[in-house]
Amino acid sequence: MTSGVPPGLIFLVGSLFIPFFQGHSKKALLLGLPLLGGISLFLIPEGINWGFDFFGHSLVLLRVDALSKAFGYIFVIMAFSGALFSLHVKDNKEHVAAFLYVGSSLGVVFAGDLLSLFIFWEMMAFSSVFLIWARGTQAAQGAGFRYVLVHILGGVFLLVGIVMYQSQTGSMAFDGMSLESWATYFIFFGFILNAAAPPLHAWLPDAYPEATVTGTVFLSAFTTKTAVYVLARSFAGTEILIWIGVMMTLYGIVWAILENDMRRILAYSIINQVGFMITGIGIGTQMALNGTISHAFCHILYKALLLMSAGAVLHMTGKTKCTDLGGLYKTMPLTLMFALVGAASISAFPLFSGFVSKAMVITASTQENMPFVWLMLTLASAGVFLHAGIKFPYFVFFAKDSGIRTQEPPNHMLWAMGLLSFLCIFLGVVPGVLYAILPFPVNFVPYTLDHVLSQLQLLAFSALAFFLLLPHLQRTKTISLDTDWFYRKGAQALVWFLNQPGVRIGNQFGKIFFEEIPRGLFWLSQNPLAAIQIGFEKLVVHVGRWAGSSQVKALEKKVKTEQSLYPGDQVYHWPIGTTVLWVTLFLLGSLLLYYL
Amino acid sequence: MKKEFDFFDHPGNIKRIKRIFYLVLILLLVFEFFIHKHTTFPWESIPGFNALYGFLACVVIVFFSNALGYFLKKKEGYYD
Repeated sequence: MTSGVPPGLIFLVGSLFIPFFQGHSKKALLLGLPLLGGISLFLIPEGINWGFDFFGHSLVLLRVDALSKAFGYIFVIMAFSGALFSLHVKDNKEHVAAFLYVGSSLGVVFAGDLLSLFIFWEMMAFSSVFLIWARGTQAAQGAGFRYVLVHILGGVFLLVGIVMYQSQTGSMAFDGMSLESWATYFIFFGFILNAAAPPLHAWLPDAYPEATVTGTVFLSAFTTKTAVYVLARSFAGTEILIWIGVMMTLYGIVWAILENDMRRILAYSIINQVGFMITGIGIGTQMALNGTISHAFCHILYKALLLMSAGAVLHMTGKTKCTDLGGLYKTMPLTLMFALVGAASISAFPLFSGFVSKAMVITASTQENMPFVWLMLTLASAGVFLHAGIKFPYFVFFAKDSGIRTQEPPNHMLWAMGLLSFLCIFLGVVPGVLYAILPFPVNFVPYTLDHVLSQLQLLAFSALAFFLLLPHLQRTKTISLDTDWFYRKGAQALVWFLNQPGVRIGNQFGKIFFEEIPRGLFWLSQNPLAAIQIGFEKLVVHVGRWAGSSQVKALEKKVKTEQSLYPGDQVYHWPIGTTVLWVTLFLLGSLLLYYL
Repeated sequence: MKKEFDFFDHPGNIKRIKRIFYLVLILLLVFEFFIHKHTTFPWESIPGFNALYGFLACVVIVFFSNALGYFLKKKEGYYD
């Protein structure tokens, strides 16, 4: 238990102090904690530390190697940028939730065993949901509940898998696994749910755009990327991940194209980008895994940057829908510039970060001779430019003049965007810095004439397609159904079923068993003989009417008078002889029963 | 009052940007004949393959999405 402090712990413990600070000292704390986390991370030597014995299981809170360290670095950089972006937020709950979320994500990354991984995994879900609820709208409340319920489901699968895995292998260590038993299927399910792989992805585009301006920035970085991390560590080279990843890249694009809400466009684009990473994990070669990790690194930066610029627009105008926005280049030129850096990075323009990372995944598909994967990923690259690279900035900042006249967001937001823009360009120009922290040696030169030209051709002609197809891309005031339909409409259907036929049947049941039958029994018990007689006569009336008898009328009249007089004189003319007969019969019956 | 920055509202400017854009497209296609290409898959040696593929990819994506949108797009209050 020596050498270094788990960086997650700094955030988890530090977050508890936030409510006790105010003004500048609070701002200093919010920026200081990530800095402290970064320094401690930088100083930690590789190795396994902070091991505990917990009821016979060995827990490891600080397993440091190149893989966990790379994710640790980007998480800390993201925490700093996110904190800088949210300095204006007065609500302490939001800051605390964000830091608990960062801390638990770092906890997952440095966890060396499955049990502590699971605990941090659940903490992530329960802390991040407050970033959604903090928005305070009814939509946010609903989306938050759905978000947390879906993650609880994923957590249950993960826990079941972990318990089975432990009982089968006798080990809690979190390392490479292969997809061959129910235990690993369950664990895999829990992991890909957090990676937002369709059809288990709907929680992401449902909830992220409903979070607060700053909350969405944090959310975009951690949950899916911890899932990428755990998959890279445990399921690298699992072939099905290639197909899941390819499907994700395409799925994200199609739904982003249909979407009207700018932050939901970017949320779908997370699914698309994580798809590239998952494909890389599935390919599983050193080149592919380097590509996955560096793409996760770059993606966190430019996606946060894009969501910050969208957040700045939301913060200043209160609007998120493309149909309500447009023409903001006039009043928010700096925000536009930062958005364009993010757009160029996600589209993998040469000299921007996405170019140096995504190319490694695509090159890995070339090296492994997977032509179909190459074609799909290249198609998806064109699609990225279409939806995130052009569509988002075009409809928000250009397109039409929406008449909105606003101004640039507060300075700290501009600084946060400026910092991320700098990093996006820096990594694009000097990729060696990024390549140096990757787990495997990098044999890849991103800047060859051939490669640069192919990418520029791809992007430029995608842009041409965008502008030629503009009439087909006009935004409409609509939402697009996704797989959350099944549980949202499903829940509505269940509530309807319980309210309508369910309650009606229940009421009917209650009426019959608690009202009508007791009433009937009570009625019968008042004068059983007369009651039986009335019943019998009624039966005769029915039969007689059916047979067309002429005496029915007289009998009917008689029944009516009997009913009106009921219970009448409750004369009990039960002759003693009858009673004796019954007693004899019962005795005979029991005698026979016992004799036999 | 300071005059508003409205560069992109002038049709003349848009026309100029368009011309530059088309020129860039042509240059990108021409440059290809002057560089040496490393190819793995056969189609990579076709001149202008990436340009064509990027363009067609976007056309397919847009029309496919719109076709799907025909079924998936609902009014905003759909879930309320």
